[in-house]
Amino acid sequence: MSHTAVANNAHTSPKKKGFLYYLTTVNHKDIGAMYLVTALAFFFIGGLMAMFIRAELMAEGYQLVGQTITLMDLGFWQWKVSFGPDFFNQMTAMHATFMIFFAIIPALLGLGNYVVPIMIGSPDMAFPRLNNWSFWILPFAGMLMLGSFLVPGGANAAGWTVYPPLTNAQYSPGAGIDMWILAVHLAGASSILGAINFIVTILNMRAPGMTLFKMPMFSWSMLITAWLQLVATPVLAGAVTMLLTDRNFGTSFFNMAGGGDPVLFQHIFWFYSHPAVYIMILPAFGIISQVIETFSRKPLFGYATMVWAMAGIAILGCLVWAHHMFTVGMDPRAQIVFMFMTMFIAVPTGIKIFNWLATMWQGTLDFTVPMKYAIAFVGMFTIGGLSGVMLAIPPIDYAMHDTYFVVAHIHYVLFAGSFLGIMAGIYYWFPKITGRMYNEKWGNIHFWLTFIFSNLTFFPMHFLGLMGMPRRIPNYHPMYTDLNLIASIGSFALGAVQIILVINFFYSKKHGKPAGDNPWGAKTLEWSVSSPPPEHNFEKMPVVK
Amino acid sequence: MAGHKQDHDFYIPNSSIWPPVTCLGAGLFMFGMVSLLKFSSFAGKSLIVLGLLVLVFGMVQWFRVLIAESRARGFVNPPRVLDLANRYGMVFFIVSELMFFAGFFAAYFYIYGFNLEWPPSNIETLAAHLPAINTLILLTSGVTITWSHHALIKGNRAEARKFMFATWLLGVVFLLFQAYEYAHAAFSIDSGAYGSTFYMLTGFHGFHVFVGTVMLMVAHARLNRGDFTKENHFYFEAAAWYWHFVDVVWVGLFLFVYIIPS
Repeated sequence: MSHTAVANNAHTSPKKKGFLYYLTTVNHKDIGAMYLVTALAFFFIGGLMAMFIRAELMAEGYQLVGQTITLMDLGFWQWKVSFGPDFFNQMTAMHATFMIFFAIIPALLGLGNYVVPIMIGSPDMAFPRLNNWSFWILPFAGMLMLGSFLVPGGANAAGWTVYPPLTNAQYSPGAGIDMWILAVHLAGASSILGAINFIVTILNMRAPGMTLFKMPMFSWSMLITAWLQLVATPVLAGAVTMLLTDRNFGTSFFNMAGGGDPVLFQHIFWFYSHPAVYIMILPAFGIISQVIETFSRKPLFGYATMVWAMAGIAILGCLVWAHHMFTVGMDPRAQIVFMFMTMFIAVPTGIKIFNWLATMWQGTLDFTVPMKYAIAFVGMFTIGGLSGVMLAIPPIDYAMHDTYFVVAHIHYVLFAGSFLGIMAGIYYWFPKITGRMYNEKWGNIHFWLTFIFSNLTFFPMHFLGLMGMPRRIPNYHPMYTDLNLIASIGSFALGAVQIILVINFFYSKKHGKPAGDNPWGAKTLEWSVSSPPPEHNFEKMPVVK
Repeated sequence: MAGHKQDHDFYIPNSSIWPPVTCLGAGLFMFGMVSLLKFSSFAGKSLIVLGLLVLVFGMVQWFRVLIAESRARGFVNPPRVLDLANRYGMVFFIVSELMFFAGFFAAYFYIYGFNLEWPPSNIETLAAHLPAINTLILLTSGVTITWSHHALIKGNRAEARKFMFATWLLGVVFLLFQAYEYAHAAFSIDSGAYGSTFYMLTGFHGFHVFVGTVMLMVAHARLNRGDFTKENHFYFEAAAWYWHFVDVVWVGLFLFVYIIPS
């Protein structure tokens, strides 16, 4: 392994890297890049499912459900697809599943994997072979999920939340739910071991002088996220294991007749799945902090409060799960406790929003593509955060529960939050990862179209929800038609313009202008090494003063 | 990294095929489960066996590489960062396991509080003799492993081996007693929520005892091979921590599942 040779001419790769190389690699940068490419593929798969949902909801009545559509007609041979009555339900469940477990989380982990070790001055992750494992288990999980569409009964059609009794053996007899559960087991194992890897890397492998409170904010966000994954994911594994045995081995955890309770599942499921929301947003907070800091040409305002705010969000985030279940008939005292805990989260989140604004205040702002994404993130995420505070109030939640208002809320958090954050990060680190600049003009076009169409898609959903349109139902009352049409048009355009991202990146990766080591004038360590970085990141161990 | 002097103590391994091999094993196992539950029992069982074989083979190879690397370093004290990384890693792994059990315990307490009578009157609960003996066995094994550890630190390898042997033997006896109890229980996993929580908790705990016992057996084999030194025996300590974790979970089980409800 001629490590020095690679470092000296980083732009010419030493030899062509084949499948076997990527299968066995333990290099955090290769693994991070594989995570990103995988996430991109699953993002398009999940996106197509969203397109199906929006196509069905474009007008009142049934557009696709129960229809047979001829995709290709060659006279002697026709390619037809027919959509059964529960195909819409499969789409809503699997759209969420793919976006959460296979697109957003892997994309954030991929960025973390690539950037965090360099940021803290480490040659690699703490357990490089385990890192390889955490990635390569994902394709198997993905195959199980995708394969579940092919089995009799089809994929999970009971929502990504897989609540029993809808998911018990009586109402979901097919293999879809079982495959969903086993795939979640694999993805969960990947998540837990990946979390251990991140925590140990960040606690143990920082360069001399890189104290915890000198770490860039993105490293902090990955550390706190990893803690959440470590503590919450095993509980999800337990929840879905109980569901699996209820379905197949006659246990009665969630079966009233045997002394169990379906509400128990909701408690355990949300003990993971509420922190999962923070697993998907805290790294985006970290990315935004790096981007705003760099392009405001100022140090991050209130660094320590940013760290404590993130830790506060993580701790509170573990104590608010029952706000997803106000309508199950919970003790009103418990509802009040969960309401206040949830509203408290707005305090540390507000601290972060104001600190970002204060960082930009009187800064020399540089409106590059990542900065535009970051600013859009701050504005749009605030909308999602505020609708979250509304939903935290039990009487309001009684009215809004399972309406499109909730759909609007989670898309403002996960699309306008996580997705825009990921985009900011990808544009920001693209020059570092590939050694070349993306096309600024097309990057801007991609940003503006994404920004406009995402609001066109998701903003009308607030009104639909307030008007009472239920989620996960393929047909609706005619009074919802106009807003649904707007949302559908927005979503098709939003999906279509993502092609720009792919073309820009795959073109610029080969033909973009060489980026140089530090095109942004950023201060963190990953910009002190060549682009792309040498095999083990640093020729000499960096020392932080 | 020939010819290049490293100015840090981190260990960067070469590419390895064993992680993806274990992934393949885990993947085959899961597809086998699907087949077993919903499609062909024969194909399912075959895939599960094949998956387990690939998984175990990959893990054995992976750990052999780790042990070989440790031997290649020559049992000098490892750099502090490496030692710390291993320790942190094991501690956090145990934390995740603890949270896995916490989920099941939470379900248990919920169902316990939710039902008007617990244990339900139609359940003929198990006598507490055998679990009491099992508690003693595990607590004793906690003492013997510490004894073995101290013997190793003092350099008395013969005694360390003897007590290590006693420890995993106690683990095996525990598992045999539990198997006996399962065989003679008047209720099964599908006997309502009591059976569900009982078998799920004790079953997963039993599986962890099995894993811990295997870890201790490997530690014994490595002791026989002369692998550990007085200062440097991380694997021994990791196995011991895991064993104590299994022990603590059992005490919780014994109290809340066997003693307090009856």
